[in-house]
Amino acid sequence: MESSVATRLADGALVHMTPSEIRADLEEGSAVGAKKAKAPPLEPGELECLLEIFASNAKFTAVDVGDELILSCDGSGNADVGTRIDELYSYQSHLGADLIELWNSDYSYKAIKAILSFETQIMKNAQLNLVAPLQYGAMPNLGSYSQPDGPVPNWSVLLPLGRFDEARAAQEEAVEHAVRDMVFVAEGMIDAGADGMDFDTSGAAGDADFLATLLAVEEIRRRHPDVGIELGMASEFVLGMHGELEFHGKRLAGLWPRDQVKVAAEAGVTMFGPAVNVNTTKSVAWNVARSLAIVKPCVQESPIPVHMNAGMGVGGVPMTAYPPADAVSRMARAMREVGRLDGL
Amino acid sequence: MGVGDPLGMACSHALAAGMGGMRTAGDLVARMQMTRGMRLEQAKTYVAERLGVNVLDLCDPLVMHDVRRELGLGLIPVQELTYPSEPGAIEAKFHIAEVLDVPINCVQMFNDHVAPRANARSVGAATTRPEVPA
Repeated sequence: MESSVATRLADGALVHMTPSEIRADLEEGSAVGAKKAKAPPLEPGELECLLEIFASNAKFTAVDVGDELILSCDGSGNADVGTRIDELYSYQSHLGADLIELWNSDYSYKAIKAILSFETQIMKNAQLNLVAPLQYGAMPNLGSYSQPDGPVPNWSVLLPLGRFDEARAAQEEAVEHAVRDMVFVAEGMIDAGADGMDFDTSGAAGDADFLATLLAVEEIRRRHPDVGIELGMASEFVLGMHGELEFHGKRLAGLWPRDQVKVAAEAGVTMFGPAVNVNTTKSVAWNVARSLAIVKPCVQESPIPVHMNAGMGVGGVPMTAYPPADAVSRMARAMREVGRLDGL
Repeated sequence: MGVGDPLGMACSHALAAGMGGMRTAGDLVARMQMTRGMRLEQAKTYVAERLGVNVLDLCDPLVMHDVRRELGLGLIPVQELTYPSEPGAIEAKFHIAEVLDVPINCVQMFNDHVAPRANARSVGAATTRPEVPA
């Protein structure tokens, strides 16, 4: 009789599974991800490697010495230790972060615009006292431009009423507002010495959200050829809330990571972060295999570094406030050893 | 992306797969990725060549401590091993820009802010101090 090993579901719950059950989950997760992303499933050798990682009772696991990747720690800090600069120090000096990020709890460019002078002063002070590259990050968050929070009609209200043209026009108007705000904030941050800008969870409100980010990136890149620009996605494919928007002739609705990274690079992004959401009822092994099947073509075809979203609830990391180290370390190792990611 | 999410997850990622940031050469490789869009292997090779070390050395904190100290690339101060005479943060970034041959925005801003009157300030306190009579 096969002995079972301790492993996790993607809601963080500890369960026991036999190696055969884990293998079956890996194969199924890979097949599901491949089918969704219209990509090939993981190869037998890759599934064997994943089985070695997951069919173990070890509390922790890690990549081989010399095979480490870069950690771009967006949202650096918990906002529970002194000032935000103290937290950046902590990430740089104590946690071994390779790239750190200044952020505000209202993590939207629209909100940051109103407090930009305060944020830029912190960026300037931080740059004088930190060595690690430091970027500024927030969300494009196109939804915040719709009524009642914003100026344009709410497309989520218009769409169920069948008022498609009005819903599309509202999104197009919101794109103009969002691009203006993102470029405005970027100008302030770059003036204050920022090493780069992070557009996190882009596409959260669909294809118009993604388009706004790409247009902002293109303008920032035109003005600042050497500044770092990281673009992270909100989910695995671009939702077609508008449906007809294009960037340089490429329709954005329905794009998966392998094509998302190409339009991002074309806009001027230097680091791309694909996001694959977890299914909390499945095992972490199932979710990691599914994530890898989806992002593998992206990593293979990307002209720029790919930093997988590896926060809670994405990439296979459990969706819980305290992601267990056994699950997080397995996900991290798998992303490097099997996925050949450039960073997390 | 996302490894900075709160409540300790960054620790797990750092130990499982991270280069180590300033403890090693992780911050330098990260600069080449974010500024030049270099893929990981390309960025590691580039940094290793610029520092005159092997790629494997980049993640070795012992080797990199000596390299960083020799080139003035910034060190993490700790109580038993402080570096008052070594370059501070912004000073280290001047050296990083030079060694990696990569523009660093805050270094350029620092230069822009200081340069216009730099010549006037070249007569510093030490050189204006009256000579002590023999």
